[in-house]
Amino acid sequence: MSAQAARPRPAPAAPRAGGPAQWSFAVREFRFWLTDYRRTWRGSVISSVLGPLLYLGAMGLGLGSLVNRHAGGILGVSYLTFIAPGVLAATGMQTAFGETLYPVLGSVKWVQNYFAAAASPLRPADVFRGHLLFVTLRLTMNCGVFLALIAAFGAVRSPLAAAALPAAVLTGLAFAPALMAWSVTRTRDTSFSVLMRFVMVPLFLFSGTFFPVTQLPGWLRPVAYATPLWHGVELCRSLTLGTATWGGAAVHVGYLLAVGAAGCADAGYTYRRRLNE
Amino acid sequence: MSHAEDAEVLVRARGLTKRFGDFAAVDGIDVSIPRGEAFGFLGPNGAGKSSTMRMVGCVSPPTSGELTILGLDPVRHGPAIRSRLGVVPQENNLDVELTVRENLLVYGRYFGLPRSVIRDRSAMLLDFVQLSDRAGDQVDPLSGGMKRRLVIARSLINDPDILLLDEPTTGLDPQARHIVWDRLFRLKQRGVTLILTTHYMDEAEQLCDRLVVMDAGRIAAEGSPRALIERYSTPEVLELRFDPGQHDQAAEKLTALPAQTAERLEVLADRVLVYTRNGDDALAAARGLGLEPVTSLARRSTLEDVFLRLTGRQLDD
Repeated sequence: MSAQAARPRPAPAAPRAGGPAQWSFAVREFRFWLTDYRRTWRGSVISSVLGPLLYLGAMGLGLGSLVNRHAGGILGVSYLTFIAPGVLAATGMQTAFGETLYPVLGSVKWVQNYFAAAASPLRPADVFRGHLLFVTLRLTMNCGVFLALIAAFGAVRSPLAAAALPAAVLTGLAFAPALMAWSVTRTRDTSFSVLMRFVMVPLFLFSGTFFPVTQLPGWLRPVAYATPLWHGVELCRSLTLGTATWGGAAVHVGYLLAVGAAGCADAGYTYRRRLNE
Repeated sequence: MSHAEDAEVLVRARGLTKRFGDFAAVDGIDVSIPRGEAFGFLGPNGAGKSSTMRMVGCVSPPTSGELTILGLDPVRHGPAIRSRLGVVPQENNLDVELTVRENLLVYGRYFGLPRSVIRDRSAMLLDFVQLSDRAGDQVDPLSGGMKRRLVIARSLINDPDILLLDEPTTGLDPQARHIVWDRLFRLKQRGVTLILTTHYMDEAEQLCDRLVVMDAGRIAAEGSPRALIERYSTPEVLELRFDPGQHDQAAEKLTALPAQTAERLEVLADRVLVYTRNGDDALAAARGLGLEPVTSLARRSTLEDVFLRLTGRQLDD
């Protein structure tokens, strides 16, 4: 209570422009999302297990039995083993979409928790980083569950597969910052379904998830190579199959990091515009 | 200005301006708010009150002019200043799916307060805003007045030096407004510096030691509510209603009244205002001119009249 507000106080030291103080502010925002998540975690865990199970069952086992019988699998492995790392990377991407579009718009439009945070000592960059930390947690949860499931299905061929978890999370982190940067500028959700239908779903289908991109027409292949999801799929697949090379992995990781970093730079700008204008 | 006086001024603005493109939302205002004062920005929607509050709240950098808050520059020391402000925004940005107590917890964490401190203060603040019995309830089903009181409790979680209230009672029913006013009045009595915006003259009259009347981004007048009324209005106002379409004609006749009876006339859409020393005398004089209003009301002047005088418009236009 401010009963004693009449007493003068010393001016606080100005916070430093960089250093650990920045991340301690971001952790405050992260903890808001953790508290918020305590309400909804049950539903989200169920859907993060059920969704992959349906895909693995229908595509990997159902469609896979046809592919295996008539083509002898793909790249020398069963169809399930082929698509499992693809869907793992795609889970990272889909989680990134799910955890950014509506939650970010809600944070400025419905719940307005971003504005509540911006009135506190937190800066727009702290709000962004803290939320991105939470998205990273959700990516780790969903991709972790999925990786455990495909291992249980016997769709993993190498101990390198453990590294597929950070690879899938990184795939999600290539998408999340740019999606957050864009969502925070929105005032309505009308464009979200368009984005999901015409960006997320085509990426999901044509980035080497369900068939090698060499099956695409020649002119379309460079488009696939340019998408972050293709790099994520290739990276995850090379790890679960045990075919990874240092050079190949470095290219994929570097590409995903670069896309993510560009998104962060963009978000730094759009968050400041929206919360501090 | 001596150093001692300087330390007591918590907010100082000189030529403060906020532009959005070509539009000047705040157009060069000068304000000094000392510690312990209840200061108001009174004006209609779009006058620049909220833009001013956002600059003082350090969430909107000034386009030009000087602004210091708690002796610091809001652009360079935003987080340090914000850590000592309490903010009640125009819209209740509560997390309605969390409980009352959880809302205070997440907000207290933004200020880096330890859980034990938040717990103790929450109990005290919920008691203060009369929400102790709802502490464990979800926010969503609470009434508008309760949500508003919760936002006020939340704004006090960091024991702020200055409390900023943007339209604190807009949208509340009369009873809920009075409860909020009562709590704000208690804070004021305790010496908390209150800065509020409002387009309700009664709110400004009840709560503000001093206020500025804003119009179109500028300050039209400044002073205590009483001083403003004395300077810009007469002691009393006679409100006359005539049949629709008769107002201009009636006003024409009323101009025949002597200046000591009717200093000034205002013709509004639904009534004619006669500014006078004594409303009853003015009514008798109007009847003496052969005018028979449908209804008449003699009342004291309010800030509404000050605003009308200064801008030619009503506050809720």
